[in-house]
Amino acid sequence: MSVDVALFVTCLTDTFHSRVGIAVVRVLRHFGCNVHFPEEQTCCGQPAYNNGFHDEAVVMGRRMVDVFAGFEHVVTPSGSCASMVIHHTPELLADDAAYAEPSRKLAERTWEFGRFLTEVLKVDLASIPVRDDRPMTYHYSCHHRGIMTPEQATGMIRKLSGVDYRPLDNIDQCCGFGGAFGVIYPQISDAMVTDKLDCIARTGAEVVVCSEAGCSMTIAGAARRRGLSVTFKHVAEVLAEALGLMDDKR
Amino acid sequence: MSGSWFYRNVAEALADDALKAAIASTSSKKMASRAAAVREVENFDTLRDLAKQIKQHTLDHLDHYLDEFARNVEASGGVVHRAATAEQANACILGIARRNGLTSCVKVKSMTTEEIGLTAALEGGGVHTVETDLGEFIVQIDDDRPSHIVTPIIHKNRKQVATAMVRELGIEYTEDPETLTMHARRHLRGVFRTCDMGVSGVNFAAADTGTICICTNEGNGRLTVTRPKVHVALMGIEKVIPRLADLSIFLKILARSSTGQPITVYNSLVTGPRRRGDRDGPEQLHVVLLDNGRSRVRLSEYREALQCIRCGACLNACPVYRRIGGHAYDSTYPGPIGKLLAPLLGDSSRYADLPQASSLCGLCKEVCPVQIDIPGLLVKLRRDQVTGKNVPLMRRLGFRLASAMLTWPRGYHLGRQMARWLSAIGAEGEWIAKLPPPVSEWTKYHDWPRPAKRSFRSLWKEEQLSQRRNEK
Repeated sequence: MSVDVALFVTCLTDTFHSRVGIAVVRVLRHFGCNVHFPEEQTCCGQPAYNNGFHDEAVVMGRRMVDVFAGFEHVVTPSGSCASMVIHHTPELLADDAAYAEPSRKLAERTWEFGRFLTEVLKVDLASIPVRDDRPMTYHYSCHHRGIMTPEQATGMIRKLSGVDYRPLDNIDQCCGFGGAFGVIYPQISDAMVTDKLDCIARTGAEVVVCSEAGCSMTIAGAARRRGLSVTFKHVAEVLAEALGLMDDKR
Repeated sequence: MSGSWFYRNVAEALADDALKAAIASTSSKKMASRAAAVREVENFDTLRDLAKQIKQHTLDHLDHYLDEFARNVEASGGVVHRAATAEQANACILGIARRNGLTSCVKVKSMTTEEIGLTAALEGGGVHTVETDLGEFIVQIDDDRPSHIVTPIIHKNRKQVATAMVRELGIEYTEDPETLTMHARRHLRGVFRTCDMGVSGVNFAAADTGTICICTNEGNGRLTVTRPKVHVALMGIEKVIPRLADLSIFLKILARSSTGQPITVYNSLVTGPRRRGDRDGPEQLHVVLLDNGRSRVRLSEYREALQCIRCGACLNACPVYRRIGGHAYDSTYPGPIGKLLAPLLGDSSRYADLPQASSLCGLCKEVCPVQIDIPGLLVKLRRDQVTGKNVPLMRRLGFRLASAMLTWPRGYHLGRQMARWLSAIGAEGEWIAKLPPPVSEWTKYHDWPRPAKRSFRSLWKEEQLSQRRNEK
């Protein structure tokens, strides 16, 4: 049985973390998916929406609906972009005669990567032996709220066989990214990421697993500025490595 | 915008280590007790659904329930006043004091009285007014402002409290909380003995019986509504609920969300003034219904914000509040709910920073006992700022340009390639330490990653080729 999946890679992953995109493709294929990549895709409009530029977000929402029309499932490695497509695009297009219904349909077919693995593909995580045996912790991104609970999200790593998992204190506290927030109020954002780094340091983890490109950029960028050496990985990278699907060294 | 009062307040707060430590420890403790208290109730989320529905229903039919409430207050011997503005409410309450020759007032903690500046108005009118909640009493004697809607002195440490009490009450210096509390208690008992007016807020008001409910943890509420000969209760019009029977739901979720207690210690239910044969209670009960912008909010798409029961859970949860404290917001209601209420009830351009200063993390919505979609409403306020051209020109142009690029795939690829290429300048490996404005603000604190050597979409083509080779 082959499941048809369109990858919505997201603009941040496409631009900054292309390896994550490849890891997602390989993991999905490993579990029997037929992966498509509609090349016309760009951005779901989340930054415009969050910042109040709703005319622009509407235009991008319609594009999303058009680009991903006809695919059985749409999978994305970002909780916040999934949340945009699932919750906010249908709300923005609710009064749009041509797009209201298709946007609701798209929302029903769109999945965050981790949730797709566990709910649709029913992957048994406990049967996968982790390859990276360094101590690992998990950063729960705020926009996974409404998609996966911290318990479910950390489970993506916690349940792997042989993992040295270190729970993170204050896991529900934001890392300070928040899109333009970090640029408009950098002092507040810095206070937030400083606390996040302290919590990470206390775990003794060498690898931070994070399934949101924006959070990774924030925490990794702040860690680097402070000279802390921790590696950041997406869940898809950890899984692809565990399954022997990544040939590059990292 | 970076010259605004909000930035100054934020800078001041972030530099205050004592403030940071005080708020961090109190809010983490409260969040932990909240979590434990919520787990004890099997159907907490069902209660939240129910509470939200009751509030929504009441707000949808507010005039009906307010009329019913007013009729029942009057039927039980109370007097109902309606105030459209803060000024009207202050004048009304001062009028009650003057007509009855009242000169000494005790107050129960109430954010609504803070909202209208009642204490200053009463003092200005010659009515000596004393806060009787311990935290509010300390705020008052230290000439301070509450920084949290439930824990007004969350920003103060023991030393500051001790110094204020020594100065005001002439006691010997001690930092022992229990000794300080006993001193305050003795002092306040003296005030209660001689006062002739009691002012309270209202946590809930039942329309079907005309009953008001006042929740306190210190018993001062009970004294305030029984001891003085006149009781004045000030309530926002959104505090009404249809039936007294609905109250139990709210009492269950209020304390658990607020402090993690199963229920607030004292819940005083007041239906009318003293009746013939009653041994205590005030001779007069006045209920002042305050609008002060609420009707306008009710008729807008922000109605949901009026569901708030002032538990303070969103403040305790908020990563921004926990870093900058309540005073930085410079509004009666700080924290996430304050980011809505300050611009909605007050001057939206003065408070333009508040809806912006959020990472939209959504924890406030998750802990809200009546499920107000705070992040969703903040986004709507931002949208109003954009349509009202109340955001900086550069941001407007930036978003318009970026959005245009992103709806044109070739422009998007080109932009990415340009960024990769340009980012080589001054980069250290794959990281950049300094970028030009507006991202310069970001690179003050974080390094910025260069775009990856190859984009996903260029890797995808190879991925497809190798997949096809494998299949052959």
